[in-house]
Amino acid sequence: MNKVFSYADALIRKPFHYCPGCTHGTIHRLIAEVIDELGIRERVVGISPVGCAVFILDYLRCDMFQASHGRAPAVATGAKRCRPDLVVFTYQGDGDLAAIGTSEIVHAANRGERITVFFVNNAVYGMTGGQMAPTSVPGQRTTTTPHGRNTETDGYPVNMSEMLAALHTPAYIARVSMHAPKEIIAARHVVKKAFEHQLAGRCFSFVEFLSTCPTNWGMTPVESLRWLEKEMLPYFPLGEIKVPPADDTGGRMP
Amino acid sequence: MKGNEAIAEAAIRAGCLHFFGYPITPQSEIPEYLSRRLPELGGCYVQSESEVATSHMIYGAAGVGTKVMTSSSSPGISLMAEGISYLAGAELPVVIVNIMRAGPGLGGILPAQSDYAQTTRGMAHGDFRLIALAPASVQEAVDLTILAFDLAEKYRTPVILAGDGVIGQMMEPVVLPEATVGPPLKADDWALTGCVGRKPRKVSSMFLDPDELNAHNFKLKARFAEIARNETRFEAYACDEPLDLLVTSFGISARICRSAVDAARSEGLKVGLFRPITISPFPMDALREIIGRSQRVLDVEMNTGQMLHDVEMAAQGRCPIDFFGRCGGLIPSAEGILEQIRASLAQLPKGGVP
Amino acid sequence: MMKPTTEILLAGFGGHGMLLSGRLLAQAAMEMGSQVSWLPAYGPEMRGGTANVAVCIARDQVGSPYVECPHILVAMNAPSFDKFAPKVKPDGLIVYNEGLVPNPKQRADCTALCVNAQEVAIAAGNIRAANLVMLGVLVGATELVSDDAVIAAIESEFAAKARFIPVNVAAYRAGVAHGKDGRCAQSA
Repeated sequence: MNKVFSYADALIRKPFHYCPGCTHGTIHRLIAEVIDELGIRERVVGISPVGCAVFILDYLRCDMFQASHGRAPAVATGAKRCRPDLVVFTYQGDGDLAAIGTSEIVHAANRGERITVFFVNNAVYGMTGGQMAPTSVPGQRTTTTPHGRNTETDGYPVNMSEMLAALHTPAYIARVSMHAPKEIIAARHVVKKAFEHQLAGRCFSFVEFLSTCPTNWGMTPVESLRWLEKEMLPYFPLGEIKVPPADDTGGRMP
Repeated sequence: MKGNEAIAEAAIRAGCLHFFGYPITPQSEIPEYLSRRLPELGGCYVQSESEVATSHMIYGAAGVGTKVMTSSSSPGISLMAEGISYLAGAELPVVIVNIMRAGPGLGGILPAQSDYAQTTRGMAHGDFRLIALAPASVQEAVDLTILAFDLAEKYRTPVILAGDGVIGQMMEPVVLPEATVGPPLKADDWALTGCVGRKPRKVSSMFLDPDELNAHNFKLKARFAEIARNETRFEAYACDEPLDLLVTSFGISARICRSAVDAARSEGLKVGLFRPITISPFPMDALREIIGRSQRVLDVEMNTGQMLHDVEMAAQGRCPIDFFGRCGGLIPSAEGILEQIRASLAQLPKGGVP
Repeated sequence: MMKPTTEILLAGFGGHGMLLSGRLLAQAAMEMGSQVSWLPAYGPEMRGGTANVAVCIARDQVGSPYVECPHILVAMNAPSFDKFAPKVKPDGLIVYNEGLVPNPKQRADCTALCVNAQEVAIAAGNIRAANLVMLGVLVGATELVSDDAVIAAIESEFAAKARFIPVNVAAYRAGVAHGKDGRCAQSA
């Protein structure tokens, strides 16, 4: 009998604590599968954020840091600069990366740190109980926008991928979505490409995952997927947003 | 050598080849020097976007088992508070140099000792203490930089080198250790180096179980007590005989006090000087013993009286304590301190000195 | 005097090179076996204003490196003279640049020596060596350090720009000659 499905070796066998319908578990799994496929588990150092996904620390079978809120790219910079042989990634949510950690992510990208950043954007603050995120969409009701996000006072959702792509420094930047199996398969390819750019010492790599939070959105898992597709995609277009010139070394590390 | 450059070179001799930092007066010669030297030696220099980021870059660097340093001055150290707390929680060995300047707020860029309380009381949220070393000369800045790396590694803790603008900017002759580059950090049993042939490790300050965090807090406390037992350092100058007046001071102000104490003693006055070298842990017992045979104490600092609280704790009300401080970048002169010494001695009961 | 230490304050505008003069003096004294310290005022004034440096030379240990009342003042310009001349210890020495200190308020209890540093420097080959002229006057008058030690310090300082060594040495020697003359300001 052929085995068609199994646990990724890089994933520790324990049930995820995430809420039903949350896509963190799927994203963890994609990363773990790619780590296995590339055979890099023993070279990987991951950095977990503050937020729901802090527990990625307990799910991946590789060396892991726990970082302060928003500072994972700085921690990654320190680790990678001192041990360039390691494969360093951060895993960050939208409050972490697009609010409190904007400075760290922008400058890590601008320095062209050879790290890989996984940015999980679910348009809401999960861990703290459903408050507005910098990526919440206009009109979105949250516990701190009871009448919906008001663009007059709260501004528009922050497009981190496009902002980082605007920098001169070469980078690989892509946005993927978790709302359909086809998109998830595409996401897996992007994750692999992101790691490959780091392995080649080529450039900074960044993957934004559009993700769901059924609990804080107040929806069923299926409704959440539809909401993501309908409400988030217009603000967060999918695809490869920036790719490095194939042979561009960004001026260092041949 | 200039103090800042001497500290930078001492770090290299201690084996530190990785530096992360953000420029700020009066310590910018440290990053400038290391930005030249470290790449030559195969290490790295990274100019961070902020001191907040710096404090987490050194967390990442130390976490993968690297001997690492940063340096800053008072306002920058405040910005590092977050990372320092994480470093302490995750028990990571780093050296942080604070070339203190006058505050609060933007304050000024001139020398001060305004961060004694911040430095010796943990520096950030949570419940921890760090080792803090206060040099009084450029040579001592070199020696204590090297000691700082040793202590950081031995006790897996951040260590603060607490200098001031005078130490940083002053040039004095120094003797450096012969080793061109010291040994790397020994971190084989805890660093994140890729889990080849071993179980994965974590570097984390997260303890969500209250019993575990309670145990962690008391473990850190026990370690600090061990450091206090083993590593407390001080200089007791001219303190052998019973004293009419004991002058207490640290860092550069103690250096100036020494001149004043010499002058007082040349006038036949029974005056000694106590200078903590580890301002944290504070040499409480040693000071208490000397205060026990002193009639009066004069505490001199370049602030409004921060170490004074530790001196009061050591004295336990046994004798009166006077305070003389200059702030804002003003430096007490030896002449000014000598006047204070005379004024303090004039307060002693007439003829009542045994 | 409180201690067997000679405290020297060298002051001028930023760019006058008084910090360098002080460093050469400290270097020379160190090579001759003295304990030394060199402490620049690095405050806001160094950004476009006066720049000054305190040099302490001691047989044993330098106590306070901070100098409030120097034994010797070397003042390149009027603001430096006006600010620091009143603080010189009684029986001290004040060396000033008469080219840039037109109306010196003399101290009766101090010795004053003056030189037109820029003029002497031009004669020696480069106006920018005026700081070496001032250093020369100081050393010529006090013999705090030997000429050989200062010249070795100059050679080491300019090792990477050796073409500047001769003019700096010449300016220094011209200053020394003035210092040995002991030309007194009041009689100038």
